[in-house]
Amino acid sequence: MTRPSGLTIYAMLYLAFLYLPVLVLPLFSFNDGTIVAFPIKGWTLDWYRQLGAQETLLSALGNSLIVGLISAMLATSMGLFAARAYVRYRFRGKEASEGLVMLPLVVPGIIVASSMLVLFISLGLKPSLTAVILGHTFLALPFSVSIMKSAFDDFDVSLEEAAFDLGSSAVEAFRRVTLPIVAPGIVSSLLVTFTVSFDEFVLAFFLSGNDPTLPVYIWSQIRFPAKLPNTLALGSLLLLASILLLVVAEYFRRRSSKSTM
Amino acid sequence: MIRLRSETAKGVALSAPATLYVGFLVAAPLVILVTYSMWTQSYVTIDKTLTLANYREALTDPLVRLLMLRSILIAAAVTVATVALAYPIAYFIAMKAQRKTLWLLLITIPFWSSYLLRVFAWKLILGFNGVMNSALLAVGVIQEPLTFLLYNEFAVVLTLAHAWAPFAILPIYVSLQKIDPQLLEAATDLGNGGLERFLRVTLPLTVPGIVAACLIIFIPTVGDYVTPSLVGGSDGKMIANLIQVQFGAANNWPLGATLSLLAMLAVGFAAIVFVLSATGLGRRIR
Repeated sequence: MTRPSGLTIYAMLYLAFLYLPVLVLPLFSFNDGTIVAFPIKGWTLDWYRQLGAQETLLSALGNSLIVGLISAMLATSMGLFAARAYVRYRFRGKEASEGLVMLPLVVPGIIVASSMLVLFISLGLKPSLTAVILGHTFLALPFSVSIMKSAFDDFDVSLEEAAFDLGSSAVEAFRRVTLPIVAPGIVSSLLVTFTVSFDEFVLAFFLSGNDPTLPVYIWSQIRFPAKLPNTLALGSLLLLASILLLVVAEYFRRRSSKSTM
Repeated sequence: MIRLRSETAKGVALSAPATLYVGFLVAAPLVILVTYSMWTQSYVTIDKTLTLANYREALTDPLVRLLMLRSILIAAAVTVATVALAYPIAYFIAMKAQRKTLWLLLITIPFWSSYLLRVFAWKLILGFNGVMNSALLAVGVIQEPLTFLLYNEFAVVLTLAHAWAPFAILPIYVSLQKIDPQLLEAATDLGNGGLERFLRVTLPLTVPGIVAACLIIFIPTVGDYVTPSLVGGSDGKMIANLIQVQFGAANNWPLGATLSLLAMLAVGFAAIVFVLSATGLGRRIR
């Protein structure tokens, strides 16, 4: 190792800046004091222990799991078919369709949230978990489409043609040949879209009504200084959950596409 | 010919659910938002005669003007700060780092977590009695807590420059990766020094990556709600906060709809101006 250059030192400092917030939450969640500041008074697991007894938290967790699972399945099934169309077929309006499907990534959250609220109310759908599911499916769709596109990119079409030659119907060939091969991509898409929904706040804040999801519950707790240690513990668990889910998703994504990295 | 038609049919059919779903959820709210914006509300009753009164109110209200302008300026500051801070990292990973994949993974992992929680963490870090002040006091760098850290535009810009980091690093990294090393060698052979070579070859070739990063960051930032709410204080409030109030406490949905539409127009206009000037600038450099 030679003496690190200025650029390397900058890279290290920048990395510290990137990790600072995600390390602060867990660090102070073990702090045996109610103020988030140095010096740390002592170490405790009490804040974590108290979480299990909070019923509103548990019901918010349940809501988030339901919303996450259903949105992930809806987004992934739509994404699966759309990605296959984009990779496999050339058709009129393909570019327009691909562009449109990516749109949810760039529209400011407050605009999506307010416009969906107005739309759903006009259609007679009150703020509810159903409304959140519909909104999260919308937000998660671009993630599913791009993951499934890279899965189909590496899929050898001749395998499917061989199945046809051997007498399979289109549905059968899809189920027995295509689906198993892109399965890692599907798992990856399910995990990523679930996490997108699980972590999403603004839309859920507008659309969840009386059934808060976990981020909406956390938002309501942030205002109370007395609840701070518990919120830290809960937040640390969520950080850990999201990162674990996405590490697993990344593992599956790489398995599904040999060519990328 | 028959095959082509069936290909079109298959493609359209398979992509239809996703296209229709997104298309409906983009177009329908827009129509309803426009309709709502031309209604008026007094207390709980909505008057459905079409009028431009909300637009008049929104465009002449100094608070709306202030928040809209501030949202655009903060988003611009965030974009510049994020890209400027991220460029050296993208350069480092693309040109110098030996383990590129590992570095790319390292810079993305912190962002595989809830945005709300990361902003919340910044609030704790920057607070008067917070992590940063207590650490600096303990080390003895400062004698009393710094007050400029939280509840102002600075906190908003810092928090968002953190939140958007990978969205700046990745596109710039990709455009740096695409540069043909022979071009850099040619520049050196023609007598360009390191800095000159960077300014005349590397930087212009990464303009597409920079433009992409700017758009990805700028557009959503204008309408950000969480960061101004948690770390912005009263000086750092943005247009999204005012929109939320209309749909929440103030319960004036027609005005909220109007503000949403105006914010959308402002973002679109600013983005178009930016893209046009960036492409113009790009051409002049070449």
